[in-house]
Amino acid sequence: MKRSTPATLVAVSLLIIAGLLVAGCTDTQETPGDAVTLNVFTAASLTGAFTDIGKAFEAENENIKVALVFSGSQDLRTQIEQGADADIFVSANMKHMNILKDGGFMVDETVAQFVENCLIMVTPADNPAGIEGLADLAKPGVKLVIGTKEVPFGDYTRQLLDNMAADPEYGEAYRDAVMANVISEETAVTSVMPKLTLGEADASFVYKSDISKDDRDKLKRFEIPSKYVTENPIYPLGVLAESPHKAEAESFIAFVRGPDGSAILTDYGFDPIPVGK
Amino acid sequence: MILTLLVAVLLSLFLLFVTIPVASLFLRIAPEAFIRSLTEPVVLDALSLSLVTATISTVIVVIFGTPLALANARHDYRGRDLVDTLTDLPIVLPPAVAGIALLMAFGRRGVVGQYLDLFGIHIAFTTVAVILAQVFVASPFYIRQAKASFEAVDRLYEDAARTLGASPWTVAFRVTIPLAWGGLISGAILSFARALGEFGATIMFAGNFQGRTQTMPLAIYTTMQGDLDAAISLAIILVVISFAVIAAVKVVTRRKF
Repeated sequence: MKRSTPATLVAVSLLIIAGLLVAGCTDTQETPGDAVTLNVFTAASLTGAFTDIGKAFEAENENIKVALVFSGSQDLRTQIEQGADADIFVSANMKHMNILKDGGFMVDETVAQFVENCLIMVTPADNPAGIEGLADLAKPGVKLVIGTKEVPFGDYTRQLLDNMAADPEYGEAYRDAVMANVISEETAVTSVMPKLTLGEADASFVYKSDISKDDRDKLKRFEIPSKYVTENPIYPLGVLAESPHKAEAESFIAFVRGPDGSAILTDYGFDPIPVGK
Repeated sequence: MILTLLVAVLLSLFLLFVTIPVASLFLRIAPEAFIRSLTEPVVLDALSLSLVTATISTVIVVIFGTPLALANARHDYRGRDLVDTLTDLPIVLPPAVAGIALLMAFGRRGVVGQYLDLFGIHIAFTTVAVILAQVFVASPFYIRQAKASFEAVDRLYEDAARTLGASPWTVAFRVTIPLAWGGLISGAILSFARALGEFGATIMFAGNFQGRTQTMPLAIYTTMQGDLDAAISLAIILVVISFAVIAAVKVVTRRKF
């Protein structure tokens, strides 16, 4: 043992150092040559739509790969502020885009509102709490799942409830009762759907685009009267100032806003805003 | 010579790797901002909820775990190895797996949960769920330590007590447990620390609601996306608690009975 100890120790130490060197020298950027990878940080509500758009874009552009990062817009904004490498940012509300614009992260001329959405109320298909309308959300014992106040869909929900509180038909007591029924606040809208389909939540406020074709028979949807909606959810997107692939990023944005992208977005339940509006 | 140098280099690299992130937390927040965060409701709610639930979870783990550890240490029964493996399972199980498993079992439509629902008992997305998640992930930390401590107690003392007329109960409470005390305390402290830091199982099974289920790790995750100062302040509080835990364990285990 004493004779071999120094030798084995040296061997192990050399292996560790070699491993560290290899890890440090690994190229995490895309391989030099033609292939370009666009990192698109996208609001979670666009998961399905942008996955399809990404594939369609890659099919037409052989040397561009689209790497999509989905999360709540507030989470993506924080990641970008903390130095994450992104080429394009797609937010579910103007607030987070404006914060990045004010911070000098965006190429301001490329920032445009490209799609509209709308908030709806949903319950599981079997409707365990017997919800028949917005008023029933204030009933004691109803389990509601909404977004945190930072995530766009949570922010829109609170705006809606504030507008309803200002209307004498519902009043402040309604909003307080509804908020008291919240059992969990999610940081991305994609975390809400599983809770509905699992039956853990009786109702939730999501985007109309979140009801995919597969989920249509698992959920009941309730429209929100437009008089309580100050502004429909509007999604902006733009190119990051530090992106090394601005030309490719702009061509992706053009694709998203063009006929192919708009068709996919409409299919998923969004309302594309035509270019130039 | 070269060997000592090599070891010194590796040691320093590793120490830097562990110390720099922790130090960065303290460097990235101004003291006034930290004090200000301590008065914010989101921070206070998370702190009190975490401390209360982690304490309750540790108490539950100790009450249920001590007899189990004692039995496994002293008696060789059929299936003991299986019980050992099962009690060790939560240590290796990824917390997210624990979370989804607890949801499938105790959720409203869960295997057990659907029957509890008939009686109006709802577990998922309540503070009880926080405690259950913490008990699930933290229990092996105590049970393994307790079992090792009991095994280390010399049977000679127990046998001597028996010859003097002590019943098995008296032997356990007046001989075995006091002799294993140091290990039991350190196991309980580690279990408390694990319960305090639980994130994955909690967010999946208990959800995320300030004051009811938003423990400190969940609060860090949520506030980081809006109020970085609050997140850093919570992180610093947890670092301080972690240091206190390590110090407490060292102090307790140094005293040999």
